[in-house]
Amino acid sequence: MHRMEEKEVLIEVENLSKKFCKDLKTSLWYGVKDLFSSLKGNKEERLLRPREFWALKDINFELRRGECLGLIGHNGAGKSTLLKILNGLLKPDAGKVTIKGKVGALIELGAGFNPILTGRENIYNNGAVLGFTRKEIDRKLEEIIDFAEIREFIDMPVQNYSSGMKVRLGFAIASQMEPDVLIIDEVLAVGDVGFHIKCLNRISELLKKCAVIFVSHSMPQVAKISTSTLLLEEGKMISYSSNVSKVVLTYLSRFDMEQSLKIQHKETLFSEVKIMGKAFDENLKAYVCKRDEEIEFQYDLEISPNIEKYCITLVFNDVELKPVAAVTSLSDNQPFINNGRRRHIIKIKNYFAPGRYSINCNAIEMLNDRQWGKTLFQYQNHFTISVINANSFTHVPIQLKANWN
Amino acid sequence: MKLQTRVYQKETNINPFILLKEIFGDIYRSRFLARQLAERDIKAQYRQSYLGIIWAFIIPITTAAVWVFLNLSGTIKITDTGIPYPVYAFTGTLLWSIITEAINSPTASTFAAKGFMNKINFTKEALVFSGIYKLIFNSSIKVLLLLLFVFLFGIGFHWKLLLLPFVILGALLFGTTIGLFLAPISLLYKDVGKVVVVGFNFLMYITPVVYALPREGIMRTLMLINPFTPVILTSRDLITGTSPEFLTYYFLVLAATLPLFFLGLILYRISIPIIVERNA
Repeated sequence: MHRMEEKEVLIEVENLSKKFCKDLKTSLWYGVKDLFSSLKGNKEERLLRPREFWALKDINFELRRGECLGLIGHNGAGKSTLLKILNGLLKPDAGKVTIKGKVGALIELGAGFNPILTGRENIYNNGAVLGFTRKEIDRKLEEIIDFAEIREFIDMPVQNYSSGMKVRLGFAIASQMEPDVLIIDEVLAVGDVGFHIKCLNRISELLKKCAVIFVSHSMPQVAKISTSTLLLEEGKMISYSSNVSKVVLTYLSRFDMEQSLKIQHKETLFSEVKIMGKAFDENLKAYVCKRDEEIEFQYDLEISPNIEKYCITLVFNDVELKPVAAVTSLSDNQPFINNGRRRHIIKIKNYFAPGRYSINCNAIEMLNDRQWGKTLFQYQNHFTISVINANSFTHVPIQLKANWN
Repeated sequence: MKLQTRVYQKETNINPFILLKEIFGDIYRSRFLARQLAERDIKAQYRQSYLGIIWAFIIPITTAAVWVFLNLSGTIKITDTGIPYPVYAFTGTLLWSIITEAINSPTASTFAAKGFMNKINFTKEALVFSGIYKLIFNSSIKVLLLLLFVFLFGIGFHWKLLLLPFVILGALLFGTTIGLFLAPISLLYKDVGKVVVVGFNFLMYITPVVYALPREGIMRTLMLINPFTPVILTSRDLITGTSPEFLTYYFLVLAATLPLFFLGLILYRISIPIIVERNA
């Protein structure tokens, strides 16, 4: 997919470690001590002192121009700490970071804004903090105002801006940077849909020219733009590979996100849903399903005679618990007449792209005229399946079958 | 074009010459930032208040007024100051306020940037210099008011006044240097800031701010040692047109201030990552 053209290495991280202190008072006191040892040159090796822990331990990677490293991990895994060290804000406690070229960070938007000054004045304030010269800002001013779409309000104090407008202005200024190394934290989701798309477009323009480090919790986003992915957990590198899908799947399997929830209506006397013939993988914490195979579900139901007809639905959610696909017996013209305890077998062809999906299993009462009635039961995130055995990882969850001529 | 290479590691470079070269290079490159931040704060300060600069005078004026009252009412007896007492007291408190503002400036400017200091990498020394710009602006207004006051008391124009800007700049540098040494610790511990306030309140009374140097006694010895004494006295002498008495000590203090200012900048640079990590 990528031409193996060896471009220059812009970021090199070697055995990087950083420790933090759990307690503020102790931390401040260590700060004073570190201040004195800094004045002596910090030659001695640093070990953990009481109440300290490694926020990052032995991190190694390198990144070339045109590459994008997706940094993933749970909250508190050390992602932001790593970004801060790369950005030169924190000093490592061990190891070394070498960065070539101009570094730009999309971490904080609108730094240096003063709320009582106008938008125009604040463009200069924020621009100055980001390292622009007055001439550069003069030159880019119109473009910034247009990009932020706030020409009408540019001479109004920023304190009267909506939060969306502030962020738009902040992004418009920051995106004028022309860095060699770009550090992006998840501030990308800014403004409304239209502006969001504009931001992503601007970022993908930058991606081509820089080495990018990108922190996100959105796996489709990571899969879409990363050329390699690094999974951090408790400050350690768990997985680092240019096989993005492998790292993403490792991350997802460590995440106990699919909280299952069972809600049952009193009209439902008995209900049990099973997934048939699939092995449960303890590591992935999911049923392993191959693409193009059938997935078989078994519903055992007993519903009170008060209910005349019902239908069955299954909803498939992606890792962000966004519904991406559904089947209902209704659309296949299958309202079931309730005549006592019954077993349903449902077979679904697996068209999902590799990844992880959780499944909601429901049954709903049908009234006449195809109207929905009561929800008889609802099993949210009842199963998690992990789809494997496909050629590539894609951020589009469903891959349809087609006839190719 | 050759790309700039940065290396981040635990070891700090402590060669003062290399450090100073880096620091001044960065300060030169961030001169626009320093100016812009000063402009921002000055604009904001005036746009949000009708009285504006008046607030900068309230404390020195009231302090001077109290002492003038105490003196006139005979509550306390003050050694002859050689010039009208109100002029003496007001020049003293105003010069004192300029110096203390300068001492607070590095801490205050850095503290104000706390919100984005741990998110964005910029030259933090620009904060110190934006502080100096703001001090120059505020002090020039204070000095203009002071001159107006002095003229009202019948001390006319004299050529020594032309030296005043240099003396004020010297006082600002003197104060900022002390401030640079205090900043790293007072940014970590709030207590230090409070101690400094109390300490300087006390220090004012062993400096000839509202009363003259006594002829003898322990107070005289203390005041003569105190490096604030020559700074205040020389500035005041230039304003009132009397010939400065402590020039030797004054130049000694100034000569020490410059290398100490550089040392302060080095200390500031080394301590900033620690402050960002521990307290931002």
